[in-house]
Amino acid sequence: MKTLMSGNEAIARGAWEAGVRFASAYPGTPSTEILENMAKYQEVRSQWSVNEKTALEAALGASLGGVRALCAMKHVGLNVAADPLFSSSYTGVNAGLVIVTADDPGCHSSQNEQDNRYYAQAAKLPLLEPSDSQEALDFARTAFELSEEYDTPVLLRVTTRVAHGKSPVATGPRTEATAPAYERTMAKHVLVPAVARPRHAAVEERLVQLQAYAESSPMNRIEWGSRRLGVVSSGVAYQYAREVLGDNASYLKLGMSFPFPDALARSFISQVEQVIVVEELEPFLEQAVRALGIDVKHPIEGKSLIPLTGELDSRTVALSLAPALAAAEGRPLGTASAPPDSGALGTVGELGNLSAPGREAEQVVGRPPMFCAGCPHRGVFYELGRLPVMVSGDIGCYALGAMPPFAAMDTCIDMGASIAAGLGFQTALDILRPGKPARTIAVIGDSTFFHSGMTGLLDAAYNSVGVITIILDNRITAMTGHQENPGSGFALSGAPAREAQLAALVRAIGIEMVQTVDPFDLAQVREAIAVAMGDPGPSVIIAHGPCALLRRLAVKRLAYQVDQDTCRKCKACLRVACPALCVEGDNVQIDAETCVGCGICSQVCRFDSIRQARAAEGGEE
Amino acid sequence: MSETTNAMLVGVGGQGTILASRVLAQLLLDAGFDVKMSEVHGMAQRGGSVTTHVRFGRRVAAPTISPGQAHFILAFECMEAARHSHYLREDGVIIANTRRIPSLPILIGREAYPDDIANRLAGRGVDVRWLDASAVAAGLGNVRVENTVLLGAFSTFLAFPEDAWKQALRTVIPAKHIELNLAAFAAGRRLTQQ
Ligand SMILES: Cc1ncc(C[n+]2csc(CCOP(=O)(O)OP(=O)(O)O)c2C)c(N)n1
Repeated sequence: MKTLMSGNEAIARGAWEAGVRFASAYPGTPSTEILENMAKYQEVRSQWSVNEKTALEAALGASLGGVRALCAMKHVGLNVAADPLFSSSYTGVNAGLVIVTADDPGCHSSQNEQDNRYYAQAAKLPLLEPSDSQEALDFARTAFELSEEYDTPVLLRVTTRVAHGKSPVATGPRTEATAPAYERTMAKHVLVPAVARPRHAAVEERLVQLQAYAESSPMNRIEWGSRRLGVVSSGVAYQYAREVLGDNASYLKLGMSFPFPDALARSFISQVEQVIVVEELEPFLEQAVRALGIDVKHPIEGKSLIPLTGELDSRTVALSLAPALAAAEGRPLGTASAPPDSGALGTVGELGNLSAPGREAEQVVGRPPMFCAGCPHRGVFYELGRLPVMVSGDIGCYALGAMPPFAAMDTCIDMGASIAAGLGFQTALDILRPGKPARTIAVIGDSTFFHSGMTGLLDAAYNSVGVITIILDNRITAMTGHQENPGSGFALSGAPAREAQLAALVRAIGIEMVQTVDPFDLAQVREAIAVAMGDPGPSVIIAHGPCALLRRLAVKRLAYQVDQDTCRKCKACLRVACPALCVEGDNVQIDAETCVGCGICSQVCRFDSIRQARAAEGGEE
Repeated sequence: MSETTNAMLVGVGGQGTILASRVLAQLLLDAGFDVKMSEVHGMAQRGGSVTTHVRFGRRVAAPTISPGQAHFILAFECMEAARHSHYLREDGVIIANTRRIPSLPILIGREAYPDDIANRLAGRGVDVRWLDASAVAAGLGNVRVENTVLLGAFSTFLAFPEDAWKQALRTVIPAKHIELNLAAFAAGRRLTQQ
């Protein structure tokens, strides 16, 4: 009996079946569920690390120490972990080491759509690209074997649709793995120049062997259909091509796409009339195919047809392919006798259906995400929006502070950038407007601060740059779905953990002015910012209030109500953009089901017309 | 692969679209179909739109439904029905809840909730079956089961016996909530079963 699993669940399962005993990650969509699922397996020590770099270093250490290890991250996380990634290629492994990168074409929840397949090429590591959940499980298992056989970390790359898509999976039992006992091997693991030079040669030799493996790996296969068209593809893009072309094409389906199986590709290409490389984002496979320099009857198409940006779907692939297929044949592919202009594409799988013009999208009011009712970030951005300051933003739920009506953010760059970027901006202000009290305020979440904000703060303290930092300490990593972090007091397993002391840490870094405020008290927030702005040095405000969705810290408070008799209908309260407040006719109403009683709206009401339910009822009696 | 059936579930974070799609997927798996399901996580909890794509057939390739490809759209909210209507095939059907949930631009008073959605869709020849699942759920004592009411309404459009649906509900929904959900499902079926 097969079970329906997401790609992420399947990767965790596959690694477990392969006998993995250590797993580490920093959360990030679409990779987070890998470790969340791994944590359910008792045989595995699973942990949240503070960032992707420490996660990968820990996994490499575990591998060298003799246990199979998995490390998972989102695509941009691999930028953070790039340093150990490149080194791990040189050190090699002891027990198997698999690194998962979850890319996000279409930027569903990311700041860019980089294609991490190039990391495999740059770091000279084998690259596996599953196209559904079954392959995610199977490839994860195989990856551990490859890792040990070739003495290399293996990069397993999924994309959002594979990571979060669910499909039926057949599972297997766990096999315990044994690695050789640890031996000090300085000639491999101590990467000083004298070691690194010969290791580079060894890495190149390993690549040659890996390429030989790729030629005959069962992960790389040819599926024969019509030989008029040969599709080279990998990952989820292969599924779209299959959907569109069905058996009207043959496929070189690459599960292991680096090192590229040159001979297999040559053989495939020589047996088809026309080649189209179908892939999401960059022309990674296409470049490999072009590098073969083969003379085929028809030109090789790839990014000439398929978009370079954004996520693919079946329709995009169908629309991209249709004109080329028609042109190449003088008639649409798969139609035996239709005239060239008939547009009769219907016989090619779903191509006809998919490339029909279809309905137009209906224009309705957008539904962007917003701060939840009771979110501790709301009040801080309400206040920041009223100040003539530069707000150096960061990544987390609080990036919503950039949305209207707050629009209180100047930049949002990468995880942890706010403080160092704020330092730079403050320095520019100091240079360009000497003597003027223009200020930069960096805002950063607790998890992001631990991830890579602390180092920027150390820079600010060390270099005495007067950037003001507000740490939005909501006691959890909220944006990615409530993962624990070093400040939350709990580990991934749910067990209590040592809790990092933010204020003490900030002081130890060298910040002298540290204020802690309740972000649900606007006057306190305002006052603390004023005090910080009155001081020329770097300072920190810790806004300490739990995420509204964090059950264990939830405080039961009565809902608020609008007293319609005294309300002047000025609608100032709508500027806090709370999902519990809505306009009905001329009145603002508070939905008692949604309101959690945080009271921010009542603090912005100048007529004292928003009061907690009991008080308002009392007045009526 | 035209024998693949495509159903989309669309709504607002917190409405239970994901649970409903898990029940549907369980049913399809029990019935021996190949199933692919796709949902995007992320900002769902922050009041954004949520969509789940469910595809089933003998062999399903692509994990997502393209515009113009959906046989069914089960819409948990009025504006979401319109927003996703271009995903519908010419002969497709939208089963839509009449519930209106204002979004950010409406809440902050910059836009108004559109009043003419039913007319606009009808004017373009979109086949929409409107129902008030929220009222039915409230009648059963818990608005939260509007998702199961909608699933019940949708169930009459697919050729699976009612027992198979109940089995899937029992597999997916925790025992302590099952009776309420079975009642919600039955009430939903009555809305579309004539
Ligand atoms: C390098 C990198 N790793 C991971 C992520 C994914 N990510 C985005 S926001 C976020 C968590 C933010 O948590 P926190 O700073 O506590 O803010 P909150 O969401 O709780 O307000 C994570 C892990 C990312 N964008 N970049």
